[in-house]
Amino acid sequence: MLLQGRELQSVRGERVLFSNINLDVASGQLWQIEGPNGAGKSSLLRILAGLLPAQQGDVLFQGEEIQQCRERYYHDLLFIGHKSGIKPELTAIENLEFYAAVEGHEFSTPPYELLAQVGLVGLEDIPAQRLSAGQQRRIALARLWFSQTRLWILDEPFTALDVDGIAMLHDRFQVHLAQGGAIILTSHQDLQSMSYPVNRLQLRYQH
Amino acid sequence: MWQWLHPYAKPEATFHLVQKLLPWFLIPGLILSAVALVWGLAIAPQDYQQGESYRIIFVHVPAAMWSMGFYVAMAIAGLLALVWQIRTAELALLAIAPVGAVLTFISLFTGALWGQPMWGTWWVWDARLTAQLILLFLYLGVMALYIAFEDERAGAKAASILALVGVINIPIIHYSVYWWNTLHQQSTVTRAITRLEAPSIAPEMLYPLLVSIVAMMLVSAVLVMKRLNNEILRREIHRPWALTYLGIPVVQRNEE
Amino acid sequence: MSKPTPNTRKPVASGQIFRQIIRRDLRVAMRQRSDLLNPLIFLLIVITLFPLGVGPGPDILGRIAAGVIWVSALLSAMLGLERIFRDDFRDGALEQLMLLPVAVEFSVLAKIIVHWLLTAVPVLVITPLLALLLNLPIQAWGVLWLTLLIGTPILSAAGAIGVALTVSLNKGGALLSLLLLPLLVPLLIFATAAVEATLAGVSPAGPLALIGAFSVLSVTLAPFAVKAGLRVSVN
Repeated sequence: MLLQGRELQSVRGERVLFSNINLDVASGQLWQIEGPNGAGKSSLLRILAGLLPAQQGDVLFQGEEIQQCRERYYHDLLFIGHKSGIKPELTAIENLEFYAAVEGHEFSTPPYELLAQVGLVGLEDIPAQRLSAGQQRRIALARLWFSQTRLWILDEPFTALDVDGIAMLHDRFQVHLAQGGAIILTSHQDLQSMSYPVNRLQLRYQH
Repeated sequence: MWQWLHPYAKPEATFHLVQKLLPWFLIPGLILSAVALVWGLAIAPQDYQQGESYRIIFVHVPAAMWSMGFYVAMAIAGLLALVWQIRTAELALLAIAPVGAVLTFISLFTGALWGQPMWGTWWVWDARLTAQLILLFLYLGVMALYIAFEDERAGAKAASILALVGVINIPIIHYSVYWWNTLHQQSTVTRAITRLEAPSIAPEMLYPLLVSIVAMMLVSAVLVMKRLNNEILRREIHRPWALTYLGIPVVQRNEE
Repeated sequence: MSKPTPNTRKPVASGQIFRQIIRRDLRVAMRQRSDLLNPLIFLLIVITLFPLGVGPGPDILGRIAAGVIWVSALLSAMLGLERIFRDDFRDGALEQLMLLPVAVEFSVLAKIIVHWLLTAVPVLVITPLLALLLNLPIQAWGVLWLTLLIGTPILSAAGAIGVALTVSLNKGGALLSLLLLPLLVPLLIFATAAVEATLAGVSPAGPLALIGAFSVLSVTLAPFAVKAGLRVSVN
């Protein structure tokens, strides 16, 4: 198992968001977390990524508590949350260069081809703040094309993307899963018609 | 099943423990306060230099002592809250902070009252007073930070971190302020306070002072305990045990 | 289903990540230069206000110069402090910073260094001008500069703690100043004492050593407090 959640519980204020959530993510699997607004989907992803401590329960990466193997885990994890992590003052290329470099990956030439793949041709040298929300989202998602990490945790990756963008992302998911990667995501999209199997975890809104 | 079921049984246990301990602090606290006041204000002899006005030390010295002691206690609560994630420790920190701040304020206020007849002005940049003033700011910072957070638990955690940073800094602040004061020593009057607290103090004055120190601690501890228990009740008001304690009939809320 | 094999990709060296953070942040700062300039102009204006307030007599000014410069430097530092984490918090770069495969303390140290480079170095550059405006006797210029050089890392380190605690609040500077200024009292005392010692013809080595110790303590311990603070804020 790549990633396991054991009896996870999250509490916001005095309200229990969810409890006793178990999740086993193996390589080659895509997990979709579903549920209404406020059910704790983002919180679950953040707990799995180690950004939020769980009220109860453990998250295990290859059988080891993630806080115990933090560096090894983050070496193998790519998390894209609500906020993209793209610096608005920097261009697409500068942003991607940073995220590539911290993964130990240097672009020998500017990654024009990569940007073309995610539909950002001609926008390479414009600060991200002058791009639309969808285009900024594409910059963040472009990390998926060079990332060597096996586990991807993506919070609403399809938000702000147009039809082409969504299709392109599906293709990329398929390749990643075929290579033995794993994906955990939240989305209101119906992924059942995809060519890869989708595992679903349903969170219910609790009062 | 209770919708409000929560992983913590602890606040309840703490509440009952504090409830049991309370009389053991309250009754001796009240008795010793009365003893200290009568002994200090009426029986203890006059000071040969300062006359009657020295008697403020029976309030000033205990308040100044415990203002520091309560800051340390608050930081210890913060450490427990952060490292062991103990929720009642978060509540304890919040219960201590205003009490400590008021003690600090009392020490400043009585210090000013005392200073007026002695050196003819309400405020002197004396090392003790200055250090107390900064301590007051540290308390205010902890409380302001807690209030600023919407989420009470996040606020309590942030306040815990700040209290710990503060407690590491306090010795440095104290050292620097005392050192600054010796650099800028303008007159000998500022040393008058120090003289009174020196071991040379007469036993007839020292014993009521010791009693008043213990009394102040007990009374302040009672305030902290009451605050803590009120806060626990407020947070747990939906739990059956709290309702039972308050004598409110428990309405069954079944899971829909 | 195949059993997952350990990732064979080589771990990235911590130093590499450290350098990348510094490089990116400097780049971002260079794109919004006015943010860097404004606290500096504020500092100059405050310094200008003092002679207007207390009178232009050179001996008064010379006597209070070190204190005025340090107090003004503290206040102007409070203005730009939020930048350490605020933008990163808003755009999500802070989350990503905490997900890097290095200790968070290490990344935080990089942020503190960048902040120091961007805020303290310009102040060090204009210090002679400030000393000149306030008629600080020339023999004390060097010591004043030295106090700023070894004292300003404390500002960046303590500032990082304060900002880490308040970044999620959108409350701005007043709260931050309330939290931080009391903690910075020793810095102010030691720094002005060093300059005064020089003016009195005494060796300033004592207070300078104290600032140095305080500085080392702050910079080494702050990252741990910052990490704890960010944990609270990122939730």
